[in-house]
Amino acid sequence: MTSAVPKLAWKGVTKQFGDRKVLDQLDLSVAPGRSLVIIGGSGQGKSVTIKAALGLLRPEAGAIELDGKNIVGLSEGQRRKLFSRVGVLFQGAALFDSLTIWENVAFRLINADGVSRRKARERAIEALEQVRLSADVADRFPSELSGGMQKRVGLARAVVAQPEILFFDEPTTGLDPITAAAINQLISDQVRRLGSTAVSITHDLASAQTIGDEIAMLHDGRIIWRGPASELATTDNPYVRQFVEGRAEGPISHTA
Amino acid sequence: MTAAEAARRVATHPVQALGRSALAAVRLVGAVGVFAVRGIIAALTPVWFVSQLRRQIVAIGFFSLPVVGLTAVFTGAALALNIFTGGGRFNAEQVMPQIVALGITRELGPVLAALMLAGRVSAAIAAEIGAMRATEQIDAMRTLSTDPFRYLVAPRLLAAVLTLPLLTAVADIIGIAGGWLVATRVLEFNPTVYVRNTINFLESWDIVSGLIKAAVFGFIVALMGCYHGYNASGGARGVGRATTHAVVSSAILIFASDYLLTTLFTHMS
Ligand SMILES: Nc1ncnc2c1ncn2[C@@H]1O[C@H](COP(=O)(O)OP(=O)(O)O)[C@@H](O)[C@H]1O
Ligand SMILES: [Mg+2]
Repeated sequence: MTSAVPKLAWKGVTKQFGDRKVLDQLDLSVAPGRSLVIIGGSGQGKSVTIKAALGLLRPEAGAIELDGKNIVGLSEGQRRKLFSRVGVLFQGAALFDSLTIWENVAFRLINADGVSRRKARERAIEALEQVRLSADVADRFPSELSGGMQKRVGLARAVVAQPEILFFDEPTTGLDPITAAAINQLISDQVRRLGSTAVSITHDLASAQTIGDEIAMLHDGRIIWRGPASELATTDNPYVRQFVEGRAEGPISHTA
Repeated sequence: MTAAEAARRVATHPVQALGRSALAAVRLVGAVGVFAVRGIIAALTPVWFVSQLRRQIVAIGFFSLPVVGLTAVFTGAALALNIFTGGGRFNAEQVMPQIVALGITRELGPVLAALMLAGRVSAAIAAEIGAMRATEQIDAMRTLSTDPFRYLVAPRLLAAVLTLPLLTAVADIIGIAGGWLVATRVLEFNPTVYVRNTINFLESWDIVSGLIKAAVFGFIVALMGCYHGYNASGGARGVGRATTHAVVSSAILIFASDYLLTTLFTHMS
């Protein structure tokens, strides 16, 4: 983080919906090949942080820099090219429910990269194997799979084109602890295998420590703490302490 | 803003409320306009998702045949009875077949087929795209380097514009057949004379103008479904709202553009 240009950086990013400021001059960055985890309470703007970086939401102020170049306000066409270097696992997996599992995984290959369906299917099945799903789920539909399996399919879809940057939005929320641990393991395996930079969101601390090199805590639209994953347990930052220990009383007032 | 809040605001600040709705209306027209232009550009860019287009043609066109056919046959039959009664007041019952044919081809065929599509297809499009929005599938599609306007919107616009004229042609035939059935079974018209009168009377413009209307209505139905679905927000309730808005706005725009097109066609001939 010292001299090298970060892979991805948020610089003074402000995003508001109506009168409500969700991100307030947010500064954050992640170095190439590192895995950053963003923690924070529900509704604190973690998903918005990722969506701003992806250009799915446009910030009112500030810059998002990829390899040192600002990518806010790119044209749709430029954005599409940029997305070929990015993989995303959405909060609810966001699989296309009218397509089969392999068509989901191969969606980018077929629809954007012009890969033939036969070849795309082979690559989809390879990606499914990477996330420990057997080839016989390939022709089923997302609604026929469990939540954990859907997350795996979402992960396979995110890694199929070997992206430089991976985003994971609450990959384990809603899963039982054992399935969650398996997903965490798969995520860190895949990130390591591809050598990608990763940005993940979670409010599951086990998850944060398995997949993160560094952790940043988002509160009131700003990063209020950031440090190596190992320091999460020992820091005396009162916000982090309250979050980690799961106490209702503390500096974080809960309006929810 | 809830309905109750809105009502209170209108009661206390009527002028402000009026100004606000006027502004909102302008913004809405602008937003729909931009959406429509993006949709048209995507539909005319020759990198089509052919399998999506095929799927939509079947969903929009083929599966609407039964409901359009049923509506047409009953309307044709009822129209024949009413015109027969009305014509009787001038001793002009015999022109009934001609009036029925004109009414169906120019007006009722396209409008009824379009209204059925507004109920069936506009709502289904809004619900499907709205659910995709709510579950982040549209965001996911964009991150997979695929333009939702090309993949989702364009095939629906094209399918509706292509199939509604065909559905209307079917509605024309079935509607006239409905009139013929009543005329020959109930009113003792001669079957062959009825058909001959209809064919001799109709001009190709009667039919073509109806089909042109249908293409415009098809565009409206798909556009409203896509627009409201794409902009749905607020989870399941948002999707519900989107479907309602899609149906209501399609229906209103169908009637409004029907009047405009009829005026235009009248001036042209
Ligand atoms: N598209 C949107 N339109 C309006 N408000 C939004 C939108 N997306 C998020 N928000 C609001 O921004 C806040 C932060 O949301 P989010 O980033 O999803 O929270 P989380 O930290 O749980 O991921 C929430 O209050 C949410 O209601
Ligand atoms: Mg979130």
